[in-house]
Amino acid sequence: MADALMEQVRAAFEGGQRLHIRGGGTKDWYGEAPTGGTTPVLDTRGHAGIVAYDPSELVVTARCGTPLAELEVTLAANGQMLACEPPHFGPGATIGGCVAAGLSGPRRASAGSIRDFVLGAKLLNGRGQHLAFGGQVIKNVAGYDVSRLLAGSLGILGVITEVSLKVVPMPVAEATLRFDGIAQHEALERLNRWAGQPLPVSASAWADDTLHLRLSGAAAAIRAARHALGGDPLDAADAAAFWRELREQSAPFFAGDQPLWRMSVPSAVPPLEPDGGLPAAQLLEWGGALRWVRSAQPADVLRAAAREAGGHATLFRRGRSAAAQGAQPGCFAPLEPALLRIHQRLKAEFDPAGVFNHGRLYPGL
Amino acid sequence: MDTMTADAIAREALLSRLRALLPAGSVLHTDEAQRPYECDGLTLFRQLPLATVLPSTEAELLAVVQVCRESKVPIVPRGAGTGLSGGATPHAQGVLLSTAKMSAILAIDPVARTARVQPGVRNLAISEAAAKHGLYYAPDPSSQIACSIGGNVAENSGGVHCLKYGLTVHNVLRVRAVTIDGEVVEFGGGALDSPGLDLLAVLIGSEGMLAITTEVTVKLIPRPQLARCIMASFGDVGVAGDAVAALIAAGIIPAGLEMMDQPATRMVEPFANAGYDLDAAAILLCEADGTPEEVEEEIAHMSEVLRAAGATGLRVSASESERLRFWAGRKNAFPAAGRVSPDYYCMDGTIPRRRLGEMLRAIQQMEAKYDMRCPNVFHAGDGNLHPLILFDANDPSSLARAEAFGADILELCVRLGGTVTGEHGVGIEKINQMCVQFPADEREQFFGVKRAFDPHGLLNPGKCIPTLHRCAEYGRMKVHGGALPHPGLDRF
Ligand SMILES: Cc1cc2nc3c(=O)[nH]c(=O)nc-3n(C[C@H](O)[C@H](O)[C@H](O)COP(=O)(O)OP(=O)(O)OC[C@H]3O[C@@H](n4cnc5c(N)ncnc54)[C@H](O)[C@@H]3O)c2cc1C
Repeated sequence: MADALMEQVRAAFEGGQRLHIRGGGTKDWYGEAPTGGTTPVLDTRGHAGIVAYDPSELVVTARCGTPLAELEVTLAANGQMLACEPPHFGPGATIGGCVAAGLSGPRRASAGSIRDFVLGAKLLNGRGQHLAFGGQVIKNVAGYDVSRLLAGSLGILGVITEVSLKVVPMPVAEATLRFDGIAQHEALERLNRWAGQPLPVSASAWADDTLHLRLSGAAAAIRAARHALGGDPLDAADAAAFWRELREQSAPFFAGDQPLWRMSVPSAVPPLEPDGGLPAAQLLEWGGALRWVRSAQPADVLRAAAREAGGHATLFRRGRSAAAQGAQPGCFAPLEPALLRIHQRLKAEFDPAGVFNHGRLYPGL
Repeated sequence: MDTMTADAIAREALLSRLRALLPAGSVLHTDEAQRPYECDGLTLFRQLPLATVLPSTEAELLAVVQVCRESKVPIVPRGAGTGLSGGATPHAQGVLLSTAKMSAILAIDPVARTARVQPGVRNLAISEAAAKHGLYYAPDPSSQIACSIGGNVAENSGGVHCLKYGLTVHNVLRVRAVTIDGEVVEFGGGALDSPGLDLLAVLIGSEGMLAITTEVTVKLIPRPQLARCIMASFGDVGVAGDAVAALIAAGIIPAGLEMMDQPATRMVEPFANAGYDLDAAAILLCEADGTPEEVEEEIAHMSEVLRAAGATGLRVSASESERLRFWAGRKNAFPAAGRVSPDYYCMDGTIPRRRLGEMLRAIQQMEAKYDMRCPNVFHAGDGNLHPLILFDANDPSSLARAEAFGADILELCVRLGGTVTGEHGVGIEKINQMCVQFPADEREQFFGVKRAFDPHGLLNPGKCIPTLHRCAEYGRMKVHGGALPHPGLDRF
């Protein structure tokens, strides 16, 4: 199957064609629409299956088309999991798409992002060469860290055909606490203070003056933290549903027409008020480092607010009402010229003919 | 004009341009003044550069880069010079750029839990400065009292606690750097991610070959309330290796999990008085940290697993001073090797943990083959080995055998499914073994990454990634040297 993918890429490279890399298509909406509407699809789903998994090594290696759900079931059967709790955004999500999109879930602030857990990857570059970077061991500094570079690359450097990820044991115990009547600034103050203490916080969410906090770890640590923090515990099923809906963005906050902005900022910055004092509808995650904003404000306003706060804003979902309008803002914050130049040169080195996902990350890349 | 004079004139021109940019005393050119910079921790390779510069500010550093680019003179960045792979070995026709004068801690933000520091700041100095806020910087290489954060970023350094707390790449939020194009670029930022490709991930571990770091923002984490360490004794190294796998399989991620074999404990003990069990064939140091309740629970669980896995004795640190003594022995393994032998050569391969026993047996056979001693310390939790080959550099045959012994170990790491370097970097030391680990197409793609940052190849040239030519030479040499070692093993 890898051979078939390689043939398809070589043919595209030689024929000067473009390809749109696609797994389950669950994140088709994320990023820019690839330029060239009728670009043929390179479907990764045929290249599937777990290649190696030895729980005592804390490493799993899977082909790109392996369903994320299947991988998670296999890990769970061995008491392990993907540490960053990646979103699926649909039943067909594949591990290749998960790594290429580079999105992480509620556990990100405490455990790390998907890129933090990438140990190695195989890549079909734009010349159709099948290359292996990194490996299946936890520490490896031989050569540049190309495998981590692929996390979040949205396919512009090539097809991730296989990936090795570090996995972690599932926590022994977990509890979710709910705190009502907490304004945003107070939530931020608490979250940053708690993060500076040795507490087993594994996820947080604030919206509508309600703060949810998840604790994960040794049973004794959870007990001690609950005692110190107070709050009302959720029962296990409700808690699981709450974090799943947050991760999958099926929670009510994410429904509706307004564009959804993802503001990634230093956790301690005060509440963002992009609507000029009128707080737009907001939901906070990651101890305050991730702020979802529903707002119809112009992109420039939101981007400036994020930049001033020391972060950046992504137009995560355009929203239905915006679709009709004319010129669309870019999804991702524009790059500084020096950074853009490095992006362009990297693209030219990995995919000289511009075969893959043209324009998906930035126009021209 | 003969080339000697042309070179001398070019050097004078370069020196006078550099002197115009930097204060007196920040441009060194005599042999005596440059002697301290002629090698890093890999003392086998020594070279004097054309000039050594010590900029005090980013602006000075940037100006040096501009001059070097215009003059097409290579630059080798250097932090504290503790690197073990020759990453900071000077270039004969190049400028050595030391960050020693850029050693200020710029800001500590206890609320956001970050520290912003200049590249020459020592690793331990960050944790010391953060201590009053109950915070610390997690990656703790054994060299932490000396090594710089700029060097840590360049090598993606680890420490004895990185199984639980991650490597440099997991603990750095932002790197500000000067590119060879003469631009100041921010990689990463104060947020948890940044737009576009994750260039920060490539920059970390790039051995000074892509850009020169001028500022780093690191994450600080809360110091655990308590830590305790178990010293577990084993009658057999293979059994100790299996105990490591058993701990992981039991769902435990110890805060530290290190192994030392008997030659290593016996080498270290007279030097460090760590209280190690010298009768054991191997010991494991296994640490739990967290709240007192958590530590108690975890120590009990670990003890149970270690006993079931065949430990012949367990000792749990009864006090903080005893815990620190356990670690002092481990962290002083390299200096101890320097005491018992005129020279030692520290290897740094990583293998899948399940191959540990196999690897140790192979090393024992190599000791016989090369007639040399090789105590072993490991970051066992990560499968990262540090065999210490003891030799005498004044004896050419001893040196040659040590190098061949080292190459054998590294190439076996590759065949066992691992890598030639877990944390010390390739530098010039392991450049031949990169030919064994990576085929030509991969190496060419690495050069592509290099070109994207440094199109003219002026930053630390000749390190890390071997050319096709070099690999061809190495291949010929190996074939001439006879059959490949361990022909029975699969080739990966
Ligand atoms: C006794 C001893 C114990 C050690 N233990 C460990 C350990 O436990 N774990 C571990 O990972 N390592 C260990 N090391 C290796 C070494 O300390 C690390 O690699 C360290 O990160 C090197 O830092 P340095 O400041 O000394 O860098 P240098 O040796 O000065 O340089 C290392 C590399 O970084 C580059 N560099 C330095 N500064 C910059 C900059 N500002 N910008 C760009 N490039 C730069 C250099 O060009 C070179 O390639 C040990 C070394 C010794 C001697």
